[in-house]
Amino acid sequence: MKSGLAEMLKGGVIMDVVNAEQAVIAEKAGAVAVMALERVPADIRRDGGVARMSDPGMIREIQAAVSVPVMAKCRIGHFAEAQILQALEVDYIDESEVLTPADIEHHVDKWGYTVPFVCGATNLGEALRRIGEGAAMIRTKGEAGTGDVVNAVTHMRAVFGGIRRLQSLRSEELYAEAKNLQAPYEIVRWVAENGRLPVVTFTAGGIATPADASLCMQLGADGVFVGSGIFKSGDPDLRAKAIVEATTHFADAKILAEVSTGLGEPMVGISSASLTDSERLEVRGW
Amino acid sequence: MTIGVLALQGAFREHVAMLRRLGVEAVEVRLPPQLDGLDGLVIPGGESTAMLRLMGLYGLDEAIRAFPAPLFGTCAGMIVLDRERLGLIDLVVERNAFGRQVASFEAPIGIEGDDEPFPGVFIRAPWVADAGPGVAILAEIDGHPVLAREGRVLVASFHPELTDDTRVHERFLQIVREEQGVRT
Repeated sequence: MKSGLAEMLKGGVIMDVVNAEQAVIAEKAGAVAVMALERVPADIRRDGGVARMSDPGMIREIQAAVSVPVMAKCRIGHFAEAQILQALEVDYIDESEVLTPADIEHHVDKWGYTVPFVCGATNLGEALRRIGEGAAMIRTKGEAGTGDVVNAVTHMRAVFGGIRRLQSLRSEELYAEAKNLQAPYEIVRWVAENGRLPVVTFTAGGIATPADASLCMQLGADGVFVGSGIFKSGDPDLRAKAIVEATTHFADAKILAEVSTGLGEPMVGISSASLTDSERLEVRGW
Repeated sequence: MTIGVLALQGAFREHVAMLRRLGVEAVEVRLPPQLDGLDGLVIPGGESTAMLRLMGLYGLDEAIRAFPAPLFGTCAGMIVLDRERLGLIDLVVERNAFGRQVASFEAPIGIEGDDEPFPGVFIRAPWVADAGPGVAILAEIDGHPVLAREGRVLVASFHPELTDDTRVHERFLQIVREEQGVRT
């Protein structure tokens, strides 16, 4: 049931928004859901300091402004923030590395909530640990707020490549592999048998253009999160629509050429390789 | 028999898998020419605002209005087909009427003509606010119609594609066979 909503989001784009006005632009552009947060990752990166759950007032305004599902972020391991978001009746809670972690060892035990969770992952073991904790949706992390797609690609290749590898193993080898992955054996076996994660798998972190969205979809993502890429660009409305179209028609290069035309300035971006270790968000999560 | 599944966005893969399980050829539809020659079309659950916008961009709305074969809409697909959107079934659907995600639920549904209840999966589900006289209500929950048929159009506010129960899809395929009989 909890993963059912995520099935409805497949093939779609989920957009970060910081106010009701942006949420309406996102919905009109065809977003399947919006992520309500006070600062997009690019601004969190610029401002520094501690990034926390958003003000409930701002989440309520966005819920009142749109009919699509509204997601909101809590800090990793911050189960009190998660409880508050559930009381607000958000449609999904993102236990997110974009916010400053509240626990350096434990994630939220997500089985106890009626609201489904989405969690980030950089590789298969991390994805399966989150699913073991009750996540109903996975997004590969990428490196949020950079506009650089390279980490999203690395993480998708790690997750989907890891699944293909599991499928090649003999049944007795899966036990040792579960140990290597530090993931529950039952889920490891399910993935080996079915060739996919048991929950919907989106991509995130650094997607800035229609071509980026198509690349991720062709690599096997079920859909796309776009954070700073839309509202940090020159023409958010036009770019939002183009990325939605590119996600649906990801395999049609003629349509992609059309929707990539004349979008104005993309977000400026930071090369992911230029980040110092302490600036990397992808390493948050255990 | 070849059935199309509108694949702009949403739970289209589950419908394709269900149809293939029933021995039917199922194809994904993203552009109008892909409707040619199909014996029926499924419009899946998803986000109706996103789906309607993507349909409008490439003329799929008009193409589906002109599509002569049976149609089956689930959840968002039911919204898309109603009187206020594509106008292909004489009822009005209220979106998210059962509430937000926390109000999603599972409930057994008594379907007309079936002895065993059907496992209904309701996700931010819509309900039928008004139905014209030509619409047959096949199942209700708390007085709200959740499965309805008018002629060649079948709509459900729940998600049979997310279950292992094939009966609602079989019902749709039966409508497809009836229509094929009429047209030949």
